[in-house]
Amino acid sequence: MSEGFDDATRARLEVDAKEVIARYPKSRSALLPLLHLVQAEEGYVSRAGIGFCADVLGLTAAEVTAVATFYTMYKRRPMGEYHVGVCTNTLCAVMGGDEIFAALKEHLGVGNDETTEDGKVTLEHLECNAACDFAPVMMVNWEFFDNQTPESAKRLVDDLRLGNDVAPTRGAGPVCTWKQASRVLAGFSDGRAGEGPQAAGPSLEGLKLARERGWTAPAPGAAGPAPTEGGDR
Amino acid sequence: MTGTALTPVLSEHWDREDLYTLDGYRAVGGYGALRKALAMEPDALVDLVKASGLRGRGGAGFPTGMKWGFLPKDNPNPRYLVVNADESEPGTCKDIPLMMANPHALVEGVIISAYAIRSSHAFIYVRGEVLHVIRRLRRAVEEAREAGLIGTDILGSGFDLDVVVHAGAGAYICGEETALLDSLEGYRGQPRLKPPFPAVAGLYASPTVVNNVESIASVPPIVANGAEWFTSMGTEKSAGFGFFSLSGHVTRPGQYEAPLGVTLRELLDMAGGIRAGHRLKFWTPGGSSTPIFTEEHLDTPLDFESVGAAGSMLGTRALQIFDETTCVVRAVGRWIAFYAHESCGKCTPCREGNFWMVQVLDRLENGEGTEADVEKLLDICDNLLGRSFCALGDGAASPVMSSIKYFRDEYIRHMEERGCPFDHSESTVWGGSK
Repeated sequence: MSEGFDDATRARLEVDAKEVIARYPKSRSALLPLLHLVQAEEGYVSRAGIGFCADVLGLTAAEVTAVATFYTMYKRRPMGEYHVGVCTNTLCAVMGGDEIFAALKEHLGVGNDETTEDGKVTLEHLECNAACDFAPVMMVNWEFFDNQTPESAKRLVDDLRLGNDVAPTRGAGPVCTWKQASRVLAGFSDGRAGEGPQAAGPSLEGLKLARERGWTAPAPGAAGPAPTEGGDR
Repeated sequence: MTGTALTPVLSEHWDREDLYTLDGYRAVGGYGALRKALAMEPDALVDLVKASGLRGRGGAGFPTGMKWGFLPKDNPNPRYLVVNADESEPGTCKDIPLMMANPHALVEGVIISAYAIRSSHAFIYVRGEVLHVIRRLRRAVEEAREAGLIGTDILGSGFDLDVVVHAGAGAYICGEETALLDSLEGYRGQPRLKPPFPAVAGLYASPTVVNNVESIASVPPIVANGAEWFTSMGTEKSAGFGFFSLSGHVTRPGQYEAPLGVTLRELLDMAGGIRAGHRLKFWTPGGSSTPIFTEEHLDTPLDFESVGAAGSMLGTRALQIFDETTCVVRAVGRWIAFYAHESCGKCTPCREGNFWMVQVLDRLENGEGTEADVEKLLDICDNLLGRSFCALGDGAASPVMSSIKYFRDEYIRHMEERGCPFDHSESTVWGGSK
């Protein structure tokens, strides 16, 4: 018990856990969200967090640990307030991600998966985050920071460390903390879905061109050699 | 200029600022297809999707309606619909902007598809690293529930449905449908032996359909406009439209929704060509797991059959474009580092093969390799391709084998010059205008 949460924390988390478990036909499906939940509490998945998940799901600590260590988003050491990720998969790396990551390591004086002394920023290189048309891409607490350069990246982490508001390119600004992000991942709304644009930049290039040239998909019913009204109904 | 025109359907209203809200989506006709679908027999919907020829948009291209038709009629267990929103294949960036801009398109597709397969419980498994997309999806599901579009007796049809948005936790392998199911059940995401296929024993060993986001989002327009409308686009065997995602060294990277069968030459014309002053060197037709192409494939129709006949795969239509400043050995080395990192460790060919290919490729990139190393890579690929437990291992062999096929000289140059002959700064966004 010495490594567990205190009674008040535990009682509070048990209420949350009950809500998460209720979403699934079988309780074990709640394990991933519950790991996000305990990460939201402490910033990482501690032994206390593992023990909590095991207790509420009736699993062993070994079973929970096996899952927690499989997925890269669960961190086993305390994290900074802002997780700063730089995509260094091939496309982003080629477009400048390698230069950005090198610049940040030097600027922050940390290596991969290390945290600045002030506890503000944990730097990590990432695999592809599905925003290749915005390369080079960075993520802060899993929000998109598109089309970065070494200079913009350094300004970004400086602002984060100074406590200045920082807004993602496509997401909720100012960017939330690591713990707040983890709580959203666990399934608890922060009410910020309406923030940020619906789409931006490259996402709209094709549509923009289609509008300029008057291109559309065929009109329903105009298709095929002999369209019949309501033929597919 | 003649040629293929874009056909924005899923992206048609992405420039509408409130599109991600229920009101915004309804203002452009959203949920009209649902009303139409609920007035139909579920089996008629399955037949409609079969007739449309819609093939899975997640990479494999399996016919969606046929997948639905595989659900056994006599299995007493509940049926599940699981949406694969774990978009992680390097280069692939279509589902994320779709769910960000138009989450209700997916939600409407989920409701119609669940009704068609007689499932009352659907899951959207979305990768965890896209916080805002998860917010938007959850809000869309909430709004739909508040409006009576999800829940019990939907629009008076007697159909009940619950939809859960489930966030993953960072594992490429969970894009493989059976690994995804293990992950959704709360285990490490490792692929399962098939058969049994998910249609017979999927989530909780129950009959399950797993479909990609874009596939499911394509269902409402098919219901609204008919199968003939869908087949009027694309080719005979690769019907309809799809996102073509251009990234890398192009003037205007982005999402271009076009009929299947469009060519890269046409798409590059639309995207302003290769960035100024440079020329195409190599590209992926459908993500890093599809063998690379070169400029000799500029006119290959981007449909399942033509790309396959030309020695690659249509995959996710993730067109990563690299110009002549890019070192192919570095590009491939980085992809293999990715596969090594993401290998789940279940099978030996993938776990060990990728681990060793990283060592060999590092050596080659640094100019410390030999021609025997190139043969070694091909030998390892021979043990990966078709011998891995799942497609992750097969995928890793693709960039290695295809790059050696087209650019063996470049591997040799690294040996001759005892190092990489390229200045990497020239390939960056800011270094390309020299």
